[in-house]
Amino acid sequence: MTEKIQGLLPQDLPHRPRRIGGIVLQIALIVVIAGLAYGAILDLAQNLARAHVASGFGFWNNTAGFDISQTLISYSPSTSSFGRAFWVGLLNTLLVAAIGIVLATVLGFVVGIARLSRNWLIARLAGGYVELIRNVPLLLQLLFWYNAVLKSLPQLRGSVALPGGGILNNRGLFLPRPEFGPYFAAALIALFVAIAVAIVLRDWARRRRERTGRQIRIVLPVLILVCGLPLAVLALAGFPLGFSVPHMGRFNVSGGVEILPEFAALVLALTVYTAAFIAEVVRAGVLAVPAGQTEAAQALGLRSAATLRLVVVPQAMRVIMPPLTSQYLNLIKNSSLAVTIGYPDLVQVFAGSVLNITGQAVEVIAITMAVYLAISLFTSLLMNLYARATAIVER
Amino acid sequence: MKRLATAMTLATVALFGPHAAWAQTLGSIKDRGELICGANGTLAGFGLPDPQGNWTGFDVDFCRAIAAAIFNDPTKVKFVPLTAKDRFTALQSGEVDVLSRNTSWTLSRDTSLGLDFTAVNFYDGQGFMVRKSLKVSSALELNDAALCVQQGTTSELNLTDYFRSNHMGLKTVTFATGDEALKAYESGRCDAYTTDSSALYGERLRLPEPSQHIVLPEIISKEPLSPAVRHGDNQWSDIVRWTHFAMVDAEELGVTKANVDEKLKSSDPETRRLLGSEGQYGEALGLTNDWAYRIIKHIGNYGESFERNVGQGSPLKIVRGLNALWTKGGLQYGPPIR
Repeated sequence: MTEKIQGLLPQDLPHRPRRIGGIVLQIALIVVIAGLAYGAILDLAQNLARAHVASGFGFWNNTAGFDISQTLISYSPSTSSFGRAFWVGLLNTLLVAAIGIVLATVLGFVVGIARLSRNWLIARLAGGYVELIRNVPLLLQLLFWYNAVLKSLPQLRGSVALPGGGILNNRGLFLPRPEFGPYFAAALIALFVAIAVAIVLRDWARRRRERTGRQIRIVLPVLILVCGLPLAVLALAGFPLGFSVPHMGRFNVSGGVEILPEFAALVLALTVYTAAFIAEVVRAGVLAVPAGQTEAAQALGLRSAATLRLVVVPQAMRVIMPPLTSQYLNLIKNSSLAVTIGYPDLVQVFAGSVLNITGQAVEVIAITMAVYLAISLFTSLLMNLYARATAIVER
Repeated sequence: MKRLATAMTLATVALFGPHAAWAQTLGSIKDRGELICGANGTLAGFGLPDPQGNWTGFDVDFCRAIAAAIFNDPTKVKFVPLTAKDRFTALQSGEVDVLSRNTSWTLSRDTSLGLDFTAVNFYDGQGFMVRKSLKVSSALELNDAALCVQQGTTSELNLTDYFRSNHMGLKTVTFATGDEALKAYESGRCDAYTTDSSALYGERLRLPEPSQHIVLPEIISKEPLSPAVRHGDNQWSDIVRWTHFAMVDAEELGVTKANVDEKLKSSDPETRRLLGSEGQYGEALGLTNDWAYRIIKHIGNYGESFERNVGQGSPLKIVRGLNALWTKGGLQYGPPIR
C-alpha cells in the first residue's frame, strides 16, 4: 500500500525543481499569501469603520435580552450576555450532534448488516430504506419530521399521560426528573467499585482461559455485582431518590425534564438521514472482507455469530472507520439546519439572534465557522486515534 | 446559507470593494436603470408578491414612489425579499439601495449597523394574537404561555422586558422567518404569536380560519417603522426622507393621484412648490423639479397609499390612528417644502 503512494510524490516526478530554488519559491509564496491576508484584514477594518459599522468583540459581554427555548446551562434573557448565549447555542449543537451520532451509528449498523441478510424481505426493506432516504434532501426530511411530530401529537388540552408520570403533547415530551438526596453519591461510588471489580474478574477469567483452555462463565456474578452493590448501598441509605413529576399548568407543563419537539424532530431527521449513509459504509466494509476469511473461520468450527464478531467485524472496521468519520462530520455540520425549525443551536442563536442584534456579521460568522471547524477537527482527531488503535500491527 | 453568503459578500465588498462606492447611490441607481429595494416578501399589506409576481403593499409603494421620483416610472424597481435577520447585512453590503421592510427605528440600529433611518412612515407597536378558544382577553394572562416569535426583531427583545416587568414566565420559540413562526403557531406549537400589531392583522388573514383568532388589546412597545439607507450618503438619505414627506405634504394639501394634473395649475404657493411649478427644490435634491408630481401621479399621496394597502380599501382594515395627519390628531407631519 505505502509503496504505491510514494510512487506519486512530487520528488519522483521527472522535472522537479532544484531543492534550494524550491524552498525559496515556497517561502516567497507563504510571504505573499500572508501579506495578502494581512492587507485584506486591514482593509476590512478600515472599510467597516468608514461605513460606521461597529466592529470588534466588545459585544461579547453586553446583555443579550432575548429568550432561548432550550438551555443546558443557566441563562436569563434579561441579565445574561451574548457570550453566555453563545455557550448555550454551542452546547445545544453538541447535544444534538452527540445523540445523533450515537443513534445514527446504531441504526446504520443494523440497516447495513440487514441489507446483507440472506432473508429476502429484510434485505429488500433495508435496501429500500437506504435508497429512499439517501435521495431526498435532508432539509425536506427535517421539515417533514417537524410537521409530522407537531401535527401528530395532541394539543395541550388533550395531553397524553404516560405511565410513570410523563406527559406528551405538541409542546414536547415531559418526563420526571430524578432528584438526588444525600448519600446518593455513595451509590454511584459503589457502582464504580463494582465495575472495577468486574473488569479485574474478566481479566482473571481470560488469563485462566488462556492458561488452561477452560472457559469460565462470569456473566451472572458480574451482573449480580454491578446491580446488587449500588442497590444495597441505596437501600442502606433509605433510597434517597425523589422525582420531580411534570404537572399541567394553564398553558404549559411545568416541572420535570422537557424534550422539545424541535429537538426530537432534528435528532430524528439527522439520525434517519445519516444512518442511510452509514449503512452503505458498513455494507461496503463487510463486503471488503474476503469470503475466504469467513470460510476459514467456519472451517475452524466457529459459529456464525462468533465468525462475525471475531473475524469479519474487526477487519471490516478498518475499512469502515475513514468514511464513518466523514459521516459523523456531515452530521455535525448538518445539525445547523436546526435554524429552519427553530431549534436553538449555535447557528440559530449566535449566527441568528446575536448577529442580528449586534449587526456584526463578519465577527459572528467568523466565530461560528471557527467553532464548527474546531468541533470537526476534534472529531476527526478522536476517530483517527481510534483507527490507529485498531489498525493491524505488523509483527 | 443565505446569511452566510451575505456575510461573505459583505466581507468581500468591505475587503476589495471600491472605497468610495457608498457615496454615490443615486448615480449608480441611474446607471443601473433601476432601484433595488429590500422588502418583506411575506407580509400582506406591506410587502408581498401576488401569484403573478407583482409586488404590492405599503412598503412596496414607498419604493415605487422613489423610483417614480427618479425615473418617472414606478416599475423600475427590483424587489429583494429579505428576512428580518438578513435585512441589515443586505443593506450594509450594498445588495439593496434602500430597506423598506417594516423595520423599527432604535438607537443601537441607528448607531452600530452603519445605516440611517430616514423618516417614520408607520407608527406601530407590538401585539399578541391568540386563539379564541384559549379564552384569554389580556396579554397579562399569558404567564408561562408558549410564544412564537420571529428572530432578529425588536419583538424578540421586547418580550423579555414586558414579561419581566409584569413578573410573568416567558417561553419563546424563535423562528428564522415570520412564515415559520406563523406556521408553528398555526400547528398549535405556541399559544400566542407576537409581532408588530399591523403585521398581526395581515398574518391573521393568512390563517385558515381568521375568525378563530383574536388580537389582544395590549400594545407592549413603540415600533416606529422607517425605511433605512446606508450611513454616509446624505444626498441619497435626503431623497428617501423627502419622498415620504412629499407624500404626507400632498395629503395635507389635498393633492391626490386623481387631481394632481389639475393641481399643477393651482395658485396655492405651497402646492406650487410641492409640484415643482415654482422653485428649484427637486434639483436641490439631485432630481428633477417635478419629482413630487411624479410620485403623486404614479403612487398617490400618503393617505391613498395607506388606505389602499392596509386601511379601509384593503382586507386589513387598519385604522389611521397614530398615522393620521397631525392636523387630524395623528403623528404624520411633513416639514415644509421651501
